[in-house]
Amino acid sequence: MAKIISIKEAMDMIQDGMSIMIAGFLAVGTPEILVDALVEKNTKNHTLIAISTAYPNKGSGKLVVNKQIKKAIVSHIGTNPEAGRQYINNEMEIEFVPQGTLVERIRCGGFGMGGFLTPTGVGTEIEEGKQRISVDGKDYLLEKHLRADIAFIRAHKADKNGNLTYRKAARNSNMVMATAADITFVVADEIVEVGDLDQDEIMTPGIFVDYLVQG
Amino acid sequence: MNNREIIARRVAQEFKDGDFVNLGIGIPTLSTAYIPDGVNVTLHSENGHYNFGPLTCEEDKDPDSINASGELCVVRNGGVFFDSTVSFGIIRGGYLDKTVLGALQVDQEGNLANWKIPGRVVPGIGGGMDLVVGAKKVIIAMEHTAKGDKKILKKCTIPLTATGEVDMIITEKAVFERENGGLVLKETYPGVTVEEIRELTEADFTVDENLKTMNI
Repeated sequence: MAKIISIKEAMDMIQDGMSIMIAGFLAVGTPEILVDALVEKNTKNHTLIAISTAYPNKGSGKLVVNKQIKKAIVSHIGTNPEAGRQYINNEMEIEFVPQGTLVERIRCGGFGMGGFLTPTGVGTEIEEGKQRISVDGKDYLLEKHLRADIAFIRAHKADKNGNLTYRKAARNSNMVMATAADITFVVADEIVEVGDLDQDEIMTPGIFVDYLVQG
Repeated sequence: MNNREIIARRVAQEFKDGDFVNLGIGIPTLSTAYIPDGVNVTLHSENGHYNFGPLTCEEDKDPDSINASGELCVVRNGGVFFDSTVSFGIIRGGYLDKTVLGALQVDQEGNLANWKIPGRVVPGIGGGMDLVVGAKKVIIAMEHTAKGDKKILKKCTIPLTATGEVDMIITEKAVFERENGGLVLKETYPGVTVEEIRELTEADFTVDENLKTMNI
């Protein structure tokens, strides 16, 4: 299923303007070698989909600092002052999404659903432009699915079929983002033979994974 | 005792043995230092685990184990890691007994504003909107006023985080609870009068017939 490729081969598939999901929470669980390679490639006008813009020198934030992001769909930018600066100066568009809504929109994108209904954001600015739908007397917002052209995933172990495990808090948005992009790139701490992972232990089935990138 | 410590100590009294809670950064997290012996509270961290605590030794340090503030932490025995969708399923699903958060403004209808001041750099929403909508009880822990400006209002004037979700407000001067849609003053700090609270509070409130003195 998954093909093992080099970082260069991965970068050759990425073009200006592509939307990119970068997994991780404050850079924990982010495959830094892919982010670094994309900074070096210096493609522009990307839409970033991530929990946050992380830090200026860590995680997805490095792409912001290098001015490669046209629009960020994130829940938080507070740990990256450069993201705040670009936002205030209208150099980068930001769509703020409540974190639970963001990951569930991605889950819908990965799993063939058009969207979902959430009570989060009812009666706030988040509601603007969205349908409010009442179910059994309670109000919800219709939040639509979210997909990306590519996803950057960091696993703990990957077998050669692309089956993945994650470690501790590095799991965060990796599991859901692995399902929701046209091309999923995975960097694993360790690539093992098929059969080396306990089948009960696998968290992301390899069917979602396109490439294992060797650093 | 400074204001932060007063508030944190009073917040800690709200925790019951067996509670699952999610705490915001600052005063809410500080409250864990004052949880009474014998009360076991499990802390949930929205990045994907519960039952965490601070590092206890050098060997605990693990770059893959952080809390939602980005600090290294230890997830203790009995704790569990999960992905972001499960973490927010726990939050929205109503499995957390309490969430304690700070606020810029709260009003008498239980509305809360803590994410955006128009014209300033917005740090973002993070998990805050989901937490206040999902947790069984929402406790706002904050100083009563901000540089003289009132924070407990008739109506919030900045963008809301959620509507009608606040159950309790704990400040260094008073404790309010929302009952039947209105604010009720339940406790005052020793030496603080109801009249002083009225001067520092724009919101309408009633005074509980069993008004107590904060015991901290």
